Amino acid sequence: MKHTISILVENQAGVLARISGLFARRAYNIDSLAVGVTADENVSRITIVADGDDHILEQILKQLNKLIDVIKVRSFSENELLTRELVLIKVNCTPAQRAELISIAKITEAKISDISVNTITLELSDYSNKIKTFEELLRPYGIKEIVRTGTVAIQRGSASLTI
Amino acid sequence: MTVARAMVECLKAEGVKHVFGYPGAAICPFYDELISSGIEHILVRHEVNSGHAASGYARMTGKAGVCVATSGPGALNLITSIATAYMDSIPIVAITGQVNSDQIGRDVFQEADITGSAEPFVKHSYIVKDPASICDVIKKAFYIAETGRPGPVLIDVPMDVQNMECEFCYPDKVEIRSYKPTTEGNKLQLKRVADAILKADKPVICAGGGVFLSGAEEELRELVHKCNIPVINTMMGLSNIDMSDPLYFGMMGMHGVRSANYAVANCDLLILLGARMGDRAVTALEGLRDTPIIHIDIDPAEIGKNVDVTTPVVGDIKKILTQLISVVQEEKHTEWLNELNAVKNAPADVPGSKPGTLDPRLFIRELNKYLEKDAVIVSDVGSNQIWTVNNIMLTKGRFLTAGGMGTMGYSLPAALGAKKACPDRQVIALCGDGSMQMQFMELATAVQHGIDIKIIVFVNNCLGMVREYQERLYSRAIAVDLDGSPSYEAIAGAYGIKAETVTENSQAEQAIRNMVESDKPYLIQVIVDKEEDSII
Ligand SMILES: Cc1ncc(C[n+]2csc(CCOP(=O)(O)OP(=O)(O)O)c2C)c(N)n1
Repeated sequence: MKHTISILVENQAGVLARISGLFARRAYNIDSLAVGVTADENVSRITIVADGDDHILEQILKQLNKLIDVIKVRSFSENELLTRELVLIKVNCTPAQRAELISIAKITEAKISDISVNTITLELSDYSNKIKTFEELLRPYGIKEIVRTGTVAIQRGSASLTI
Repeated sequence: MTVARAMVECLKAEGVKHVFGYPGAAICPFYDELISSGIEHILVRHEVNSGHAASGYARMTGKAGVCVATSGPGALNLITSIATAYMDSIPIVAITGQVNSDQIGRDVFQEADITGSAEPFVKHSYIVKDPASICDVIKKAFYIAETGRPGPVLIDVPMDVQNMECEFCYPDKVEIRSYKPTTEGNKLQLKRVADAILKADKPVICAGGGVFLSGAEEELRELVHKCNIPVINTMMGLSNIDMSDPLYFGMMGMHGVRSANYAVANCDLLILLGARMGDRAVTALEGLRDTPIIHIDIDPAEIGKNVDVTTPVVGDIKKILTQLISVVQEEKHTEWLNELNAVKNAPADVPGSKPGTLDPRLFIRELNKYLEKDAVIVSDVGSNQIWTVNNIMLTKGRFLTAGGMGTMGYSLPAALGAKKACPDRQVIALCGDGSMQMQFMELATAVQHGIDIKIIVFVNNCLGMVREYQERLYSRAIAVDLDGSPSYEAIAGAYGIKAETVTENSQAEQAIRNMVESDKPYLIQVIVDKEEDSII
């Protein structure tokens, strides 16, 4: 089962290595990882999507909590969260195909970020499944390159994760 | 003052009296200040042993032991002992020199990423780049090492930083917002524990190393006597209760005794107390299905990791036991204790031995007669360890071993550390001939620093425990013969240490007497049959 884990850490050198090292040596699988500074510049927020049963999740949370630089750890169920990934996809695009691709972009609410004689680069920020569908739609044109970020997640409603 | 000087002043402020170490260029600024500080430096003969010695020291004092090494190979040699301390939750502070900070990352001479390589085995680590942070870092290092679930903390200090100027100001309080160990047990959970104890007809307490770490030996004794609850130990917990106590039923687990494993298998309430239930101990729990299990530990991550528990209690054992003692009721459990005593007192196989060899069990039982009340026994790893744990009798004494990592070569350096911590106690290291060859360079440390430890080497001319394992699993033994090994009596002699060899059970008593009567280091090599097993 997939779990989204939010971790607030001291914004210090070596913290990410400690966290990724913990996942590696305890054989927990990371599906995606995203890091960025929070409103407080001394604190970073790491979002990890990990795979594992409830027992593994419990261990992951407890072991993360033991790291001295970890200030707070929480895992969320899917419906508590608003999740986003960002993807940049460069597809083959002849002048004749342009209109078609622009209409796909419109329907999916993707942005046209760059364009050349024979390619177009589309940008989409959405949740994971939407991005998958988007990729499927573009595949027939010939995808030249995909760059995708890890998932970031924030709680729905007024609740927030702070220290 | 310089950072190097401040480091020494911090150690003084922390009350450090002894450090175990091995110098090299990158830690020289620190050493130069150490010399005039009044802190005694004990020069080990291999860095790994500075960590083990610091571990033995820490276990006897309850305070973090300090070990020091230089950059690169020196620091890397420390890792095994850091990892050993980590597995057994022993507080040590390891200080390493590092190459100049502007050279880090360039693979210069004797550069090793020690904080990176030790990361899996430390509770926390620091690399000091800002000279102004040194006092804060050292204060935090000791605090982190000693509180919560104790463990090793590493401080890596580049040589140029050691030479920089800073202001000495040792903080008297630490505030780490991301580190606040729980020490008080949850009231509701404690009530559940008290109820479960009251309900149980056949309770048993399995007391582990956490009892020592919390300093809760007295509280344990009080609780079990108030409720007449039988106690068993994990290997790390050995000697946290008087082994002659009628409520004590021995060590559990794969290498444990029948009465202890019987108690686990037949109890109706199992209380795990500061025991992390490593796989070697957990074998005793196989087959337990519906027995309620209470797990009391300071580290929430240990609860439910290896064993499913009914009632978890997170907190400091001493505090929890104190709270429990005041709420539990007096009980007798006569029938249950009779049942266990029948198993405990069932006649065991009388060990015997071939001519020219001793039975190691008989030797240890003989040794028991000459142990001082508060003796410290340090056991190495292997068959010798199993013979020791199942035959030693400590009443007010202390047992030390590297339970979690099973690191050969622990006993001698840890004994040095223990003796430094308690110079008035009898300290005896027991090891195999394989382990002896991993550590006998430390005989020089004992001689140089006048550390009066006694050493018993069980010589079976093979890596006994591995031989036994291979024969059971593969029907033959490979690469375990120790042919070519020296006489340990001669080795000891070469260091100027008195030693003797015993080849018959009848010689044991005199040799032991000679050993305990000597006020200097003393070694006995005990010749044991190659086929002597540890599982019987
Ligand atoms: C550093 C290290 N290397 C290897 C082992 C694996 N090992 C476990 S017991 C053992 C044999 C120890 O031999 P010895 O010290 O002679 O003791 P004996 O078992 O014969 O009593 C070995 C090699 C270990 N525990 N530690």
